[in-house]
Amino acid sequence: MADEKKKKLPPKAQAYQALQDKKEEKRPIVKNCMMAFLVGGTICFIGQIIMTFYIHFFPFTEQTAGNPTTATLIFLTMLATGFGYYDRLGQFAGAGSAVPVTGFGNAVISAAIEHRTEGYIIGVGTNMFKVAGPVIVYGVFSAFIVALIKTILTQWGGM
Amino acid sequence: MIFFWAFVVGGIICVIGQLMFDVFKLSPAHTLTILVVFGAILDGLGLYEPLIDFAGAGATVPITSFGNALVHGALQEADKHGIIGVVTGMFEVTSAGISAAIIFGVIGSLLFKPKG
Repeated sequence: MADEKKKKLPPKAQAYQALQDKKEEKRPIVKNCMMAFLVGGTICFIGQIIMTFYIHFFPFTEQTAGNPTTATLIFLTMLATGFGYYDRLGQFAGAGSAVPVTGFGNAVISAAIEHRTEGYIIGVGTNMFKVAGPVIVYGVFSAFIVALIKTILTQWGGM
Repeated sequence: MIFFWAFVVGGIICVIGQLMFDVFKLSPAHTLTILVVFGAILDGLGLYEPLIDFAGAGATVPITSFGNALVHGALQEADKHGIIGVVTGMFEVTSAGISAAIIFGVIGSLLFKPKG
C-alpha cells in the first residue's frame, strides 16, 4: 500500500499494516529470475527449432516464419494446458512461462476450458479473453498511436 | 548461433517480466500489457526488426513481438494507402497469435475438462 494512503488509516490499521509488511514473505527474486530466464529461454529455443523447420521445409523466409511458429506454439500450449502441465510449469517458472506467446495462449485456452460448464456461447465465448483481453486492447491502441505518429512524421513531415 | 541468441534474448525478456512481477509487484495482466506497449514503441523507433534479425525466435516468441507486429502491419498499410492504413492494417501481420488462440481455445474447451 502506498505510504500516503497508510497515513490516513486509523492507528490500529497502521499497526496491522506494519505487521503485515514485516510478516510478508520476501520473494526469492534472484532464484525467480533464474527460473524465468531458463524456462523463457527454453521456450524461445523450441520456437527457434520450429522456425528453422518452417524455413527449411516450407516456403517461409526468416521474416515470415514467425507466424506459423506462433500458431504451432499455441497448438502445443493447448495440449500442455489441457493435460494440466502448463499450470505446473507456471508455478515455478513465473514470467518465464507467462511472457512468451505460449503464456498468452495459455491464458486464453485455460479460460475457455474453465468456463465450458457455463455453455459454449456464454461460458467459453465471453470468458475466453477475460485475462488476455487487456493485452490485445492496449497492444492495438498503443500500436495505433505509435503508427499514427510515425506515419505523420514520415509522410507529412518529410522525415 | 541463432539458437543460442534465441535462448539468451528470450530469457532476458522473461527476466524483465519477472522483475516487474517481483520488484514492482505488478499483476501478470499489467506486466504483459506493459511489455506489449513496449514492443510497439520499440518498433516505432525501428529497433525491433534488428532484434529479430539478431535473435530470431528469441524476439518473435515473447509477447513484445505482438506489439511490434501490430505496428508493422499498420505502417505497411499506411505506406500503401496513406493515413487510413494505420487503422485498417493493424492485424495484417499479426493475425496468427490471435486466430490460433481463438481456434485452439475453442478446440481445447471441446476436448478437455477443467481440472481440480
